[in-house]
Amino acid sequence: MENFVVEERSRVSGQADGLRLVAVLVAGLDILKDACDMDDLKQKYLSQIANASDEAALEDIRLGAVGKKGEVALKMRELGKMTPEERQVAGPALNALKDEINSALAAKKAALGDAALDERLRSEWLDVTLPSRGRPAGTLHPVSQVTEELTAIFAEMGFSVAEGPRIDTDWYNFDALNIPGHHPARAEMDTFYMARDEGDNRPPHVLRTHTSPVQIRTMEAEGAPLRIICPGGVYRADYDQTHTPMFHQVEGLAIDKDISMANLKWTLEEFFAAFFEIDGIKTRFRASHFPFTEPSAEVDIQCSWVDGQLRIGEGDGWMEVLGSGMVHPKVLAAGGIDPDIWQGFAFGMGIDRIAMLKYGIPDLRAFFDSDLRWLRHYGFASLDQPNLHGGLSR
Amino acid sequence: MKFTLSWLKEHLDTTASVDEITYALTDLGLEVEGVEDRGAKLRAFTLGFVKSAEKHPDADRLRVCQVETDEGLQQIICGAPNAREGITVVIAKPGVYVPGIDTTIGVGKIRGIESFGMMASERELELSEEHDGIIELPSGNVGDSFTDWLAENDPSKVDPVIEIAITPNRPDALGVRGIARDLAARGLGKLKQRDVEAVDGSFSCPVSVSIDADTLEQCPVFYGRMIRGVKNGPSPVWLQDKLRAIGLRPISFLVDVTNFFTYDRNRPLHVFDADKIGGDALRVHRAVGGETLVALDDKEYTLTEGMTLISDANGVESIGGVMGGLPSGVTDETVNVFVEAAYFDPVRTAYTGRALKINSDARYRFERGIDPASVVDGIEHATRMIMEHAGGEASDVVIAGKVPDTARAYKLNAKRVISLVGMDIPEATQRQSLTALGFRLEGDMAHVPSWRPDVQGEADLVEEVARIASLTKLEGVPLPRLTAGVPRPVMSLVQRREVAARRTAAALGYHECVTYSFIDQPSAALFGGGTDATRLENPISNDMSHMRPSLLPALLQAAARNQARGFADMALFEVGPVFTGGEPGEQHMQVSGLLVGRTGPKDVLGSARDVDVFDVKADAEAILAAIGAPAKVQVMRGADDTWHPGRHGKICLGPKKVLGIFGEVHPKVLAALDVKGPAMAFTLYPAEVPLKRKAGATRPALKVSDLQAVERDFAFVVDADVEALTLVNAAMGADKALIDDVRVFDEFIGGSLGEGKKSLALTVRLQPRDATLKDADIEAVSAKVVASIAKATGGVLRG
Repeated sequence: MENFVVEERSRVSGQADGLRLVAVLVAGLDILKDACDMDDLKQKYLSQIANASDEAALEDIRLGAVGKKGEVALKMRELGKMTPEERQVAGPALNALKDEINSALAAKKAALGDAALDERLRSEWLDVTLPSRGRPAGTLHPVSQVTEELTAIFAEMGFSVAEGPRIDTDWYNFDALNIPGHHPARAEMDTFYMARDEGDNRPPHVLRTHTSPVQIRTMEAEGAPLRIICPGGVYRADYDQTHTPMFHQVEGLAIDKDISMANLKWTLEEFFAAFFEIDGIKTRFRASHFPFTEPSAEVDIQCSWVDGQLRIGEGDGWMEVLGSGMVHPKVLAAGGIDPDIWQGFAFGMGIDRIAMLKYGIPDLRAFFDSDLRWLRHYGFASLDQPNLHGGLSR
Repeated sequence: MKFTLSWLKEHLDTTASVDEITYALTDLGLEVEGVEDRGAKLRAFTLGFVKSAEKHPDADRLRVCQVETDEGLQQIICGAPNAREGITVVIAKPGVYVPGIDTTIGVGKIRGIESFGMMASERELELSEEHDGIIELPSGNVGDSFTDWLAENDPSKVDPVIEIAITPNRPDALGVRGIARDLAARGLGKLKQRDVEAVDGSFSCPVSVSIDADTLEQCPVFYGRMIRGVKNGPSPVWLQDKLRAIGLRPISFLVDVTNFFTYDRNRPLHVFDADKIGGDALRVHRAVGGETLVALDDKEYTLTEGMTLISDANGVESIGGVMGGLPSGVTDETVNVFVEAAYFDPVRTAYTGRALKINSDARYRFERGIDPASVVDGIEHATRMIMEHAGGEASDVVIAGKVPDTARAYKLNAKRVISLVGMDIPEATQRQSLTALGFRLEGDMAHVPSWRPDVQGEADLVEEVARIASLTKLEGVPLPRLTAGVPRPVMSLVQRREVAARRTAAALGYHECVTYSFIDQPSAALFGGGTDATRLENPISNDMSHMRPSLLPALLQAAARNQARGFADMALFEVGPVFTGGEPGEQHMQVSGLLVGRTGPKDVLGSARDVDVFDVKADAEAILAAIGAPAKVQVMRGADDTWHPGRHGKICLGPKKVLGIFGEVHPKVLAALDVKGPAMAFTLYPAEVPLKRKAGATRPALKVSDLQAVERDFAFVVDADVEALTLVNAAMGADKALIDDVRVFDEFIGGSLGEGKKSLALTVRLQPRDATLKDADIEAVSAKVVASIAKATGGVLRG
């Protein structure tokens, strides 16, 4: 706009050379008169603009005032008839008038727009308490979540994740783990057997009763040294308040040249502190017996019962959570590892069980019932992926 | 295993408290499961002294007694015949609960005279069955606690009963003496010497004993002896008290003796009535099969081939190591008793016990392994106890077979022990622990005592040393990692895919289920399973008889259960193994999702609708993308008949590589599993998704053109059975350089097009690379698209 006005002025002054003399004669009077006109014009248009009721009225005013044929434009044309002296006074004044009207128009236009928008928005009121369209969120099962939690913890300690078949041979599930055929532990495990065709006289395969056969398979495949955990489903023919025919275990195995039970204790203490997110949670190692470890220990964690509620990591009660020990030399040998060179520890605990303890889930049987109410209540959000730097659980 | 403190102290000389003892037991691996404080219920009873006893004016058999108590002289009415002046009695004051009659004593009037309490009998305090009169104490002061008096004068009545759990490797701890030995080794006292001197027989045993040659493995040794002229009957009070305290019912003295030594020394014994042994000869042999016996539990058992039996001229009299027979059992009238102390092999005993479903104390012990050498002392202990309390005279001992040789020794490597346990246990301490447990050390060789069948190698010595040293005292030592520095990833590709599939499915709104790996045969059969190869021999119920061939049946069953609970709409998924056979490895990871009902509850926005095939298709595609499947796939038909034949697709890479299936579940399947549809599902096979071609994280360079893309819409009329993907592929192939994308945006079937026809509308996006497209270029490409589609499908542009 500024540039345009400057051009206009130079063009007008170029044409006006011949008329200069006449103009000078009338200059004194005209200057006075023009000044009065312009004041009137300004008052007239500013008041019209202020009173304009809508954008159409405003456009009319604009055309009448600063449009090509508007009053101000007509005045501009008259500049050519003026003397240079007159023009020097009248030109800038006209331009100023034009600017003033234009900015008043713009301001009014914006104000009208705002008012119209306000009006429209006022009519667009919604009851935002109505329910949303909904983006149903799913959940992860506690067994999956806790498996990821313990994988994160043991990964940090250098354990990798190994897996094995759920239907396994009698040898991997029992014999290789130093549980011979007549061993009472074998009867106590309530083993599920796969049916055999008539004439197939191999010992029946079993549904693995623990994740320990994965120890043997991994030792065979990878040799020593070794740091693995083996999470997964296991099966025992038992069903009551606290037992289900399928549940989940995680097995841990560390084989090296100088691993001791003291390393086992540290590993488990670190695990419990990280998993339950309680620094300094106490553990108790009690001598016990498992065919595949020697010496063996059952491990308890500190807990108390307050008003029927279990509290982990406080008080002076103990809760048994896992079995562990130094891998029996026969088990190492069964896995193809020389027990005169290598030694190590193993442990096994129930994933469902530690999930129940950590998250206060009362009934094991409900884990496998797929009740929507239970899944929603005890499940985990898809983005709650456990990691150690952000904290395992929210 | 239960025992009382006083029983323990018969073997252990100790001043340790109950707390110290129970702590040590648990720490030693003999986990304490409970301590019963039998004195607790008697704590409120106090001693009183009867100053006078007058006949009740209105009742001949009642006496009005004035009794000195800790609360002064009290009047108590008593009906016991022995209530009289000058005796020390046990008082239940008003407000005290009396366990034997399950009553809380109050103040009351008896025939018009007030009574302030009760004088108790033994039965009322549950101390014995004695109820002929009130308790009269030979000592004690007025006001003393009765519990304290018992603890002082008759401790076996009130001392605590300790119950411990026994791991299968510790048969020796099934006897009180074995427990005492462990405690002594821990330093909680001294194991008492309790050897027995043999009783010389005064006559030759009239009953002979033999073991068949083929039975010596099952029963290597049998000791027996007759004691004649005994007087059977109720056991002495101390013995009854002992047995009752640990939950055993006293039967008769001769039987109680066998139970006593079963618990005292883990030495099961059996007693025959010698007069009922036919032909004066017992023979230990293997069952032929088909023999029968009515055992001591009054049940008749049919025996199978190979079981260890003890027979006489009358037939089978006893099942060795499991249970004796009723016909030859002792009774109150028995005067001549034949005592058996034998060793039965654990494997055979376990087999027989399991087969006959007999859970006897004898079976429990023999199958864990008793001390074979204990036959020698066992029979002498029993002889002495029987003769002491029931009189009679003993024959000489008859022996068949011989005590099996269990002698063995293992090297104690003290350094290795320290290295394995991670605890600095001096060698002297190690040797001391083993010696206290009965091992005999010769140099560095530890000879195993006969009562420890579990010790089978050096590792067992480590366990014994560690146990005695106490694992509770162990201090943790950091575990070195195999590699230093930042831990490396630890999950395999398939494991990562499982996690990604789970988290994507949950993000898409599905709830994860974990269902049992076994399902019922009919449901398994619906999904191509239920074969004999996947059958369980011993399922827990018919609902869980076969390994699942698919995740879907259990998800559908879960949906039916939820529908029965009033939830009509749901999205469920599972990630887990399915089984194609019964061999290890015939197991495959699958991901299945199930949508049932509507997309959500009815809502103001009207957005809820029935779930459809394109919901599960989208979800299957999203999960496949998340686990790294390529975007360009084929969709084929021809999946099995669990799917709606016209509404399913197989997501494939070539005809044989199926990554997954999505579609509507066949109505027959829904009906069979009682699910109200609509039900849409998908099953994905994560292991089928190919690996990335190139290793590494680098991505190809991004190529973007600054030139404006142009979109053109086309509508083609084709036969109704022509699939959209065919058109899309034909259009894409029309000009590979220029055509960037083809999308189907409309489908119209029938109507003005006529039967068997449909119209498909496509948007083709052209992306120039070198120069802006001119109208002529666009026309040229359009012509190619039309030609290509015409060639592939016979489709023509819709007029």
